[in-house]
Amino acid sequence: MSERLREKLSILADAAKYDVSCSSSGSDRKNTNKGIGNGHHSGICHTYTEDGRCVSLLKILLTNHCIFDCAYCVSRKSNDIERAAFTVDEVVELTMNFYRRNFIEGLFLSSGIFKNADYTMERLLRVVKKLRLEQNYNGYIHLKTIPGASEELIKEAGLYADRMSINLEMPTETGLKLLAPDKSHKDVIKPLGFVQNQIVQFKVEKKLIKSVPKFVPAGQSTQMVIGATPETDKEIMYTADAFYKNFALRRVYYSGYIPISNDTRMPILGTQPPLLRENRLYQTDWLMRFYGFKVQEILNDANPHLEIDIDPKLSWALRNLKHFPVDINTAPYRMILRIPGIGVMSAQKIVQARQFGKLHIYQLKNIGVAYSRAKHFIKCADTPFQMKDFQATQIKAFILAESQSKYLKTDSNQLILFK
Amino acid sequence: MIYVFDGSLEGLLTTVFEWYERKPGEVILRTEKFYQPDAFTESFPIQNDRTKADRVWAALQKKLSKEWVRKFYCAYLSEIPEIFNSLFLFTIYIFQNPAGAEKNYGNDHVLALSKAAKSVEREKHRMEAFIRFQHTADGIFYCGIDPDFNVLPLILNHFKNRYADQKWIIYDLKRHYGLFYDLTVVEEITIEINLQALKQPAAHQLNEKEELYAHLWKDYFKSTNIVSRKNTKLHIKHVPKRYWKYLTEKQL
Repeated sequence: MSERLREKLSILADAAKYDVSCSSSGSDRKNTNKGIGNGHHSGICHTYTEDGRCVSLLKILLTNHCIFDCAYCVSRKSNDIERAAFTVDEVVELTMNFYRRNFIEGLFLSSGIFKNADYTMERLLRVVKKLRLEQNYNGYIHLKTIPGASEELIKEAGLYADRMSINLEMPTETGLKLLAPDKSHKDVIKPLGFVQNQIVQFKVEKKLIKSVPKFVPAGQSTQMVIGATPETDKEIMYTADAFYKNFALRRVYYSGYIPISNDTRMPILGTQPPLLRENRLYQTDWLMRFYGFKVQEILNDANPHLEIDIDPKLSWALRNLKHFPVDINTAPYRMILRIPGIGVMSAQKIVQARQFGKLHIYQLKNIGVAYSRAKHFIKCADTPFQMKDFQATQIKAFILAESQSKYLKTDSNQLILFK
Repeated sequence: MIYVFDGSLEGLLTTVFEWYERKPGEVILRTEKFYQPDAFTESFPIQNDRTKADRVWAALQKKLSKEWVRKFYCAYLSEIPEIFNSLFLFTIYIFQNPAGAEKNYGNDHVLALSKAAKSVEREKHRMEAFIRFQHTADGIFYCGIDPDFNVLPLILNHFKNRYADQKWIIYDLKRHYGLFYDLTVVEEITIEINLQALKQPAAHQLNEKEELYAHLWKDYFKSTNIVSRKNTKLHIKHVPKRYWKYLTEKQL
C-alpha cells in the first residue's frame, strides 16, 4: 500500500513540476472554529529544491493520464511514460499529513484531462471540498481551472480555492497553434475572464453584506513557456502586460523550456534551459509591477529583445541618460526608483531620511544602495565634481568591469568551438 | 562612564530612566556578561526596577509607531552584544527629538536597530518555514530548534493560530526553553531530559506513521527538482547549511 503511494507521488509530483507557480501569498484566510491552517499574507517557502526554486505547496497532478497531445508537455498522450492517478482520499491524506508537520503551506492541485473537462474539474472540486468541509482545513489551495469546464463547476471551485490559474502555455496564438493545434488562447481567456468577473462581483457584494464568502481571495495567475517557440521578448512581455491589465492577474510566470521530447518543432533534447533569458523577463515583470515602468519604455520596435549582459533597468537608464543624474536629495520618489542600483526598500528609506538633512555618500551605502552602480546616475550632498560627461557605452563598460554576472559561468547557450 | 546591566529588557529600560535621572553625559551600556572593568572609566551597575522600566516603555510606545515598537523589541531579541548600547542610545535619541525621528535612516542608531530587527524578522520567518514537526507516540507534534536569535516569542502566535487542533512543542535547544500548546493555551516549558533525545526523538517515541510521511516528503522533494536547472549556489542561499539539520528532506 505505502509502496504504491510512494510510487504515485513520485510520478505525479514529477509531472507537475514544470508548472513553476508556487506562491502561497495573498490569502488572508483565517483559521476558524479551531480547525487547522490559515493563510499567510506574504506566503512561506518551506524549502527550496536543488535548482533553487521555492517549495511552498504540495504540487501534484491528480493524474497524468491525458487526452491531449500537446508537444511541449510531458504528460502528452503520445509520450511513453508511466501513468498513475491518485484517489481523492489519497490527496487529502497527503495534504493533511504534510501540512500538520509544517512541510507545506498548502496544496497545488492540477491534472491531466481524462475523459473530458467537466469530469476532471469535478474530481478536483471533490478534493478541495473534502479538505475544506470535512477536514476543517484552512490552509492555502491553488487549483487549476480546467479549460472547457462548465461555469457552475468553476464557480463552485472558486468558493474553496485561494488561487486559480490557467496557463497560456505559449506567448502567442501562432506559437500555441504550432505545438498544440487543438488549443487556442480563447480557451484560456474565457475562464480567466469568467473568474475575474466573479471575483469583482463577490467583492461588490461583500461590501454590502458581510457574510458573503471568499471567492479566490489570492486571485489568478498564468504561465508562459519561454524558448520553445521563436517569440521575441517584446511579444512575450506585451502579452503579459495585456493579461495583467485585462484580467487583474496577480502573477505571470515565465518558464524556460526544458527539452523533453525529440519533436523537431522545438529545441532538441539536451539544450540548456534559457535561464538567463527567464531571469531578464522576470526583471522586466518586476519593473512593470513595482517600479512604475511602462512595458513600452523597456521593450519596443527599436529594442525587441532584452539585453543579455545587463539588466533591463540599467539598459533603460543607459538609453535615457537625459534623465540623469538624479538628485537624491530633491528628486521625486518615482525617479529615485528608476536609478540603477537602488531598489524599492532603499528608495523608501532615502525619501524618509532626506527630511532630516541632505544625504551623503556614506549614508547611501549604509542604507543599502549599490553605490558602485548608482554613482553614475546620481547626485548627492558630497558627489565629487566631474568635468566630463561619460557616454552610455563608457558607463556600461565601467559597470561590467566591476561586476561579475552570476550567470556568466553557466551561460552554456554560448557556442563553444574549442574545448 | 559605563552602565552595566543584566541583559534583560527590564534592565535596558531601567538604564534609560537612570540616565535621565543623573544626566551623566556620554555613557556606554554593557551587559554583565561582556563587561571588563578598566582603570580609566567609571562604571555604574543598574538595579532593575519594574516601575521605572514600565514608565520608559510607556513613553516609548507613545513616541513610536507600532511598527517601530516591534522593531525595538526584535532588535532586543537579537541578543547581539553591541545592540544593547544602540538600543539605549536610540531610546535617548527618540526622547530628545520631535516625533518621527526614527525615520532618519542617516542616524547610526536608527540604522543599527533597523538592521538588527531585519535579521531577527528573517530568522523568525525562517523558523516558520523550516520547523519540521515529528508526530510522537503520545500524539504531540514536536520540533527542537537552535535559532541564531531568540525568536520563540515572535513565532508563538503564528503556530498557535495555524495548528489550533493539534498539540505541539517547539523547543529552543540553545536557550533551553520551549513552547507547549495544549489545545487551549501556549505555555513556556523547560524539559529536563538529555539533549540528544530533545534533538532527535528515538524511533520508539514516534508515531508509527511518522517514518512513512518522512519518506513521502523526501520522495516529493526529490521528484519536484528539475535536474537540468541545478543551481547549488542559489539553493544554499535560500536554505543555508546551518539549517539543514532541521530539515526532514535533507536527512539521508
